[in-house]
Amino acid sequence: MMNDIWILLTASLVAINAALLGCFLLLRKMALVGDAISHAVLPGIVVAYYFSGDKTSLLLLIGATLTGVVASLMIDFLTKKAKIQGDASIGITYTLLFAVGMILISTWLKGNVDIDMDCVLYGEIGLINLDKIIIDGNLYIGPMAFYTELFAFFCIGLTLVLGFKGFKLLAFNEDYARGLGINTTRWHYVLMTLVSLTTVVSFEVVGAVLVVGFLIIPAATAQLISKKLNRMMFLAAIFGIAAVVIGYALAIWLNVNITGAMVSVSGIIFMMVLIIDKFFRKQQVSKSLNPA
Amino acid sequence: MENCSIEVHNLTTTYGGAPVLWDVDFELPVGQIIGVIGPNGSGKTTLLKTIMGLLEPSSGFVKIFNQDLDKIRERVAYVPQRESVDWDFPASVYDIVMMGRYRKHNLFRRTNKTDIDIVNQSIEKVGLTEFKNRQIAQLSGGQQQRVFIARALAQRAELYLMDEPFVGVDAATESSILSLLQEMKNDGKTVLIIHHDLQTVSDYFDYLVLLNTRLIAKGTPQEVLTKENLTNAYGGQLTLLAKVASLIKENEFPIREKDMDF
Ligand SMILES: Nc1ncnc2c1ncn2[C@@H]1O[C@H](COP(=O)(O)OP(=O)(O)OP(=O)(O)O)[C@@H](O)[C@H]1O
Ligand SMILES: [Mg+2]
Repeated sequence: MMNDIWILLTASLVAINAALLGCFLLLRKMALVGDAISHAVLPGIVVAYYFSGDKTSLLLLIGATLTGVVASLMIDFLTKKAKIQGDASIGITYTLLFAVGMILISTWLKGNVDIDMDCVLYGEIGLINLDKIIIDGNLYIGPMAFYTELFAFFCIGLTLVLGFKGFKLLAFNEDYARGLGINTTRWHYVLMTLVSLTTVVSFEVVGAVLVVGFLIIPAATAQLISKKLNRMMFLAAIFGIAAVVIGYALAIWLNVNITGAMVSVSGIIFMMVLIIDKFFRKQQVSKSLNPA
Repeated sequence: MENCSIEVHNLTTTYGGAPVLWDVDFELPVGQIIGVIGPNGSGKTTLLKTIMGLLEPSSGFVKIFNQDLDKIRERVAYVPQRESVDWDFPASVYDIVMMGRYRKHNLFRRTNKTDIDIVNQSIEKVGLTEFKNRQIAQLSGGQQQRVFIARALAQRAELYLMDEPFVGVDAATESSILSLLQEMKNDGKTVLIIHHDLQTVSDYFDYLVLLNTRLIAKGTPQEVLTKENLTNAYGGQLTLLAKVASLIKENEFPIREKDMDF
């Protein structure tokens, strides 16, 4: 029971972190960049793990996060300097980095139990409790993954609260921001660093591939029904948590992959909100057409 | 020019390929409503973006009020083309106009009472007070255009650069924007506007820049709107030539201009 609660708490933090950043990725039409970064951190994770031998070291956190930032630098270079089409630049960058990561796993980490392809695909959320934090010899205060997520949550929350106006302006009208003399490149890379950090800390929990579902789907759901940015962020977090809780219950009940169930539920919530929203809009229209 | 709002000196801008602006050189007066005209793809938007420092020129330079742009950015308000942003963004009219109060150095601060007052006044000026809290996605194209103008007003700038503010705007809105521009001019502001409708240029603008990659002509509407200049800029297309002919008539017989409007 205690294990379940820790899993739910950790996964909810993953969902909140990803959903908050996902709102900005989505509004900036950069959903695919989030996808790319989450794949591209893989070689960074493998290399850092190889040298530190520890899944939760600071070296791994920084090294892998930097790999994600390098990926977004590479995408920007390909589109802006080499004039390659945006989606092609993204495709080239992340498949390349992801492939390198896979090769590294199959050679350097052959037979390793901590990081294998399963873990890359959907994380090991059921196993996070193996890496416990115990203080005073016997007091168990939760899994390591929970605290890494909490750390990421504070980084993201603080940055987004302090820089709310800047990120909002960047998302709505980047040219206008640049016209005011605001260094939009700097803001852009702060956001990319946070996205990268999120995918790195979430890697072990939900995997590099499925974290994209946490980044994009709740934010997209929230956008359907939000008229304000802060409301969109709030709702995205709520939808993310809902997917985590319902998905976990379903996974236990049906005995299926936990992360897979969470992302599926997230998708189903999106569809439901979409249909309900369309239905209500139609009703409003017909009401205003024949008020009687 | 003694009082010079924008000085563009031997400006060439490219997007990697052939130049989109080629050796453009002009100085613009202060306190006037200035029109930039030219056919589609003639580099008007590019010119505005280069003046705003959004594009790096491959040669030449821009000075605003005889200074480098970076020194006086906050005195310049940019109104981008309406289609350049996604209006499905989750924000109200008020939120967007408030962005006119954003500055490089106040991004981390909360908005104060003065900002709120200025934003409300700006919304009032463009006649959107009743839509203040409406999400921008639920506005008509003309209302969205006015949101952009209100945001520029909220910036309290001295030079306004507007990219096609009259596109998709009905006659009533067009004339209310026009009187707003007139008011701004009376306050000593300089307004530079990209415009498409050749029929109205001589009524709207004090000064004109005619562009087609190169600078074709600049000066008062009378000086610029000659058959030769317009043919140089627009080529010899049939429909255009007809328009050109009527424009020239209007210029030659200014008294009859009014009759011909109706
Ligand atoms: N981002 C870009 N990359 C490459 N070429 C571009 C880009 N933007 C514009 N161009 C090209 O530069 C030329 C000038 O474009 P610009 O947008 O400045 O024209 P314009 O005068 O504003 O046209 P319009 O009246 O249609 O708005 C066009 O031929 C266009 O195809
Ligand atoms: Mg244009």
